Amino acid sequence: MYEKDGEKYFIVDSHMHFWDASPENWVKGAENYAEGWIDCFQAYQGLGPPETHQTKEAFRKVSEDQLMKEVFEDGYVDKAIFQPTYLKEWYADGFNTTERNGALAEKHPDKFIVNTRFDPRDGDAGMKEFEDNVAKWGSKGVKLYTAEWNNGSRGYKLSDPEAYRFLARAQELGIKNIHVHKGPTIWPLDKDAFDVSDVDHAATDFPELNFIVEHVGLPRIEDFCFMATQEPNVYAGLSVVIGGLMYARPKFFAKVMGELLFWVGEDKMTFGSDYNIWEPKWQIEGFVDWDYPDDTYSDYPRVNVDTKKKILGLNAAKLYGIAVPVELQLKGEGQPAAQDDAQLVEHGANV
Amino acid sequence: MLTALATVRDPELDEPVTDLGFVSSCTVSDEGDVQVHLRLPTFFCAPNFAFLMVADAYDAASAVEGVRRTEVVLDDHFASDAINRGIAARSGFADSFGDLAAGELDELRADFVRKAVLAGTDRVCRPLLAEGRTTDDLALMTLGDVPPSAELERLRARRAELGLPAGDSSALLVDATTGEAVGVQALPLHLRKARLTRVNTEANGSVCRGMLSHRYSTRGEGQLEESR
Repeated sequence: MYEKDGEKYFIVDSHMHFWDASPENWVKGAENYAEGWIDCFQAYQGLGPPETHQTKEAFRKVSEDQLMKEVFEDGYVDKAIFQPTYLKEWYADGFNTTERNGALAEKHPDKFIVNTRFDPRDGDAGMKEFEDNVAKWGSKGVKLYTAEWNNGSRGYKLSDPEAYRFLARAQELGIKNIHVHKGPTIWPLDKDAFDVSDVDHAATDFPELNFIVEHVGLPRIEDFCFMATQEPNVYAGLSVVIGGLMYARPKFFAKVMGELLFWVGEDKMTFGSDYNIWEPKWQIEGFVDWDYPDDTYSDYPRVNVDTKKKILGLNAAKLYGIAVPVELQLKGEGQPAAQDDAQLVEHGANV
Repeated sequence: MLTALATVRDPELDEPVTDLGFVSSCTVSDEGDVQVHLRLPTFFCAPNFAFLMVADAYDAASAVEGVRRTEVVLDDHFASDAINRGIAARSGFADSFGDLAAGELDELRADFVRKAVLAGTDRVCRPLLAEGRTTDDLALMTLGDVPPSAELERLRARRAELGLPAGDSSALLVDATTGEAVGVQALPLHLRKARLTRVNTEANGSVCRGMLSHRYSTRGEGQLEESR
């Protein structure tokens, strides 16, 4: 919980990690990829306030104590949602697996939600592992990284028939939320790797599932927004938007937020720190204090305390069925809108 | 030579590779042998766009008068070897990447020039709206009606690249795929999309610059300061 100027904010960090990218975990022969990946992450950390930058060693593997302190003690987070990323072609035990996250969650009851993942290219064995993980960790969400390398394959699409098989099974197993991270898929190389049209197809064909597009489809915010405005079950995951732009590029942050508030709307945007790229503390403090810098932004939707309460926690609480103490709920007409806020969608599409 | 390299654009960001700081070095020997080193913001930047920039830099450098031999090298990228080999052998993109690519990159490049047309539409139209013109006014305007500016020239050039009407009598607002004038009815949404496309492109450019400066402490040849 974060309190400022008499207002109390319930905080759900809906996109964070507990990774091991230390050299001991690099796959032999793939060291340059393992190192390239984590160095790229650390360059993103460079976009946050200098006093939060870490040494290479500290960044690559965070201790359990440090995570608990930075996320919960200093970071105001009420509930944190682990989003796994496996990358086993580069990291021997995986970069950030369900098991590694889950083991930490077990030690700290009520602090975490353990999401799992699947990879449609893993076939029946992958399906079994997915089912076991859902049963073991009670997962209500999955994180999909479509650019993951897997046995010579350089990525997949959510609209692939095999992906549909997993999505259908996920729905049967009680999964509600599909977090999608569009990365630089490398097949086919002659197409745009960040294209989000596959999410559009899947969202249409699985209307009961929510699709939270992490990093708001960056670097294709425009394609993401055009899609999100038409699909009631598509959400904007703000990880990287707040962490990467709010401090380093405040003017662009204001514009990107303005566009998201216009096209997607405040009921469908969720905060995620992307820990350990960035700590939640400065992101939450800065976002609660944030407003458009001047009146050149006057044709974007306004933001108020309720907007920030929804984005920082109440929207994600609704997606995951997290109980919010009464004093932290919105005053007045109550809860954030449900997934098909028809008026909002129509507004975005017709303007 | 830098002037020649400044004609090479990052296809996604629609900005010169020199401005962005992607040219880490550029040397020309007395005999006319050119060596250019390029660098990118991350190890995992999209390899297809990286290939286009290296290929375009090769073509631009080779076309300069008096150049005998050109070598362009991409450093510190996971696909550096494949790209550098492909450029050196002057083989096309599909050849360079074998099974990973099914075709060449012309259509991909055109998709991004269309985005550049949309973003450029916002750059040209926003000042007109700020001066008090209405969207109805814009619907009736031609390119020739717009006061001259660098942004207008840039927009014309991108439209011409796609084969879209770009002369003085052409409509100011056209569909970036068909080239047909955008009607009054569709105009507000068209302008919203133009603004969003520009915000996305410029925000990406800003993130790329931040990542690059975190990765390399040296300035690139011809690199511009960024306004934040």
